[in-house]
Amino acid sequence: MKNEWPLWEVFIRGQHGLSHRHVGSLHAPDAEMAIKNARDVYTRRNEGVSIWVVEANNIAASSPSDKGPLYEPSESKVYRHPTFFDIPDEVGAM
Amino acid sequence: MAATLTQDEALFQFLLRMGDNTLILGHRVSEWCGHAPVLEEDIALANTALDLIGQTQMWLGLAGEVQGAGKSADDLAFLRDVWDFRNVLLVEVPNADFGRTLMRQFLFDAWHSIQLGHLMKSSDPRIAAIAAKTSKEVAYHLERSADTVVGLGDGTEESHGFIQAALDYLWPYVGEMFTSDAVDAAMVDAGIAPDPASLRSDYDALVLRVLEDATLTVPDSRFAHKGGRTGAMHTEHLGHLLTQMQWLQRAYPGASW
Amino acid sequence: MYAQMVKSEASTDDPEKLAAFQARIDAGEKIEPKDWMPAGYRKTLIRQIGQHAHSEIVGQLPEGNWITRAPTLERKAILLAKVQDEAGHGLYLYCAAETLGVSRDELTEMLLDGRMKYSSIFNYPTLNWADMGAVGWLVDGAAILNQVPLQRTSFGPYSRAMIRVCKEESFHARQGFDAIRKMANGTPAQKKMAQDALNRLWFPALMMFGPSDADSVHSTQSMAWKIKMNTNDELRQKFVDQTVPQIEFLGLDLPDAGITWNEERGHYDYSDPDWDEFFDVIQGNGPCNTDRLAARNKAWQDGQWVRDGLLAHARKKAARKVAAE
Repeated sequence: MKNEWPLWEVFIRGQHGLSHRHVGSLHAPDAEMAIKNARDVYTRRNEGVSIWVVEANNIAASSPSDKGPLYEPSESKVYRHPTFFDIPDEVGAM
Repeated sequence: MAATLTQDEALFQFLLRMGDNTLILGHRVSEWCGHAPVLEEDIALANTALDLIGQTQMWLGLAGEVQGAGKSADDLAFLRDVWDFRNVLLVEVPNADFGRTLMRQFLFDAWHSIQLGHLMKSSDPRIAAIAAKTSKEVAYHLERSADTVVGLGDGTEESHGFIQAALDYLWPYVGEMFTSDAVDAAMVDAGIAPDPASLRSDYDALVLRVLEDATLTVPDSRFAHKGGRTGAMHTEHLGHLLTQMQWLQRAYPGASW
Repeated sequence: MYAQMVKSEASTDDPEKLAAFQARIDAGEKIEPKDWMPAGYRKTLIRQIGQHAHSEIVGQLPEGNWITRAPTLERKAILLAKVQDEAGHGLYLYCAAETLGVSRDELTEMLLDGRMKYSSIFNYPTLNWADMGAVGWLVDGAAILNQVPLQRTSFGPYSRAMIRVCKEESFHARQGFDAIRKMANGTPAQKKMAQDALNRLWFPALMMFGPSDADSVHSTQSMAWKIKMNTNDELRQKFVDQTVPQIEFLGLDLPDAGITWNEERGHYDYSDPDWDEFFDVIQGNGPCNTDRLAARNKAWQDGQWVRDGLLAHARKKAARKVAAE
């Protein structure tokens, strides 16, 4: 049996209430130790207030060859962006 | 000593006991840097050592103030000889292997966290403030060392053997943390610190639960080595530790670094 | 540098795919682990990132040598935090290499049995406390010059690891300069230590950049792939140019009589390091090679039962949880 500790991906929410962000990876024997290791490895400079860890094996990822079908269709939906619309200055902030 | 002990002298001794424990243990743990079993542990051990060094600066800084002889935390750390150190023997025994290091850490962390819990209510606000800050660090040390002790005890036959041997070796050094003397009596009278003996039952409850989870056998002897916290008789190891730690300050007196 | 003389692998892939790959790099796109990449790109990166990671880990040892002898509590804490960061950097880099399909344990074993190298600089001893200043100031200073441009390297995980490393690295150079500055302005004995450290570490620091690679095919390929951003000579010159004024500021003697300002080039001239010595160190004959590898091997072997024990416990715990459900 392979005896290397599994790889975990680490997500940390910083001080300012933003979403958890991927910060890196580490090895740990289980989830509890992964959280502790993440605390010791990735918050040495006061970087976070909340930690998520996910075993790397359990992450489902999109495939690079799907880039076209997945992301290009949204390029043509320019009307979704606020800059699409001209609002006269007199109207004020919107 | 007891008959002529003034309140400030007793307080000074008490602060040395707190600061020397963290100083010597921090030093021992820092010896692991670059040599731990896995990178994640290397980094975690360094965090523990850094906390302990920071705590030392607070305790010995206050000790210097109370002593009133113009000594800094560095003066106290680097310019005293073995007989003036007041740490318990437990923290000065060598690291040996990772099992002994983590067991020593756990046995100390358990006492440390209970002690700091009481000191947060100290009548001396300076002590209460240090305890409030450091107790958070120590709560994490305890969680981590307890988990590791359980993991190694309940791991493989080999890891169980290492950690059981560590417990057997270290158990006789546990009792010293709960011995009381005139310094402690003065602290109790002034409402500054609890009587060490009074912490034993909480300690036993905590430690025995973890050791049971770790499937370890607690030695049934209550024999306790002592002499560290009074300075009467340290182990041979402390002198060697100090020859390293104090070397630059001793070889180049008066230099500033 | 932390990755020295990394050989690039010739590519035998489909020329069309290669051209498309090169076009992505030229357009400044990042290559991510699941993207198609030439086998040579993958192999070269594993070698380079692995060597970089090993350098961080072995690099803990020369500075770790002084943690227990640091002269004040504050210096001890700073040095410990710094050496701990090196472990962190090694960890980030191993993780980046792992995205290429090699495990950390495999990389570690290749370091331990000598199949993979680490930077020549860490085979030199640290002999007095001023070395802690000089290592941070010179060695980390030199490393930063290489690592800052590598933040823009084409391989996404490597680039992200470098961004994290660079954030932490300027603390390292600064604490080193601060420590040696204190000594350069201290007692005559302290000043002597500072000068000794500078003299001993100057040429090994210059060697970190590696021999001139102006004509190297490996460098040309790596630069096209954007996994090497500058030539060795460019970075070395930059290092000399930024460091000489700092030496003068400290009031220390220049460690090389050949250092003179060249008005025409707009750079400092300097003496070439002894490249025979460099190749001796690379081949295992530096002052500390044997001891450094022995220390890493001991840590790994002594740690085996710990790694196995904690993993066995995690598996038992998971099995008990399943059984209870």
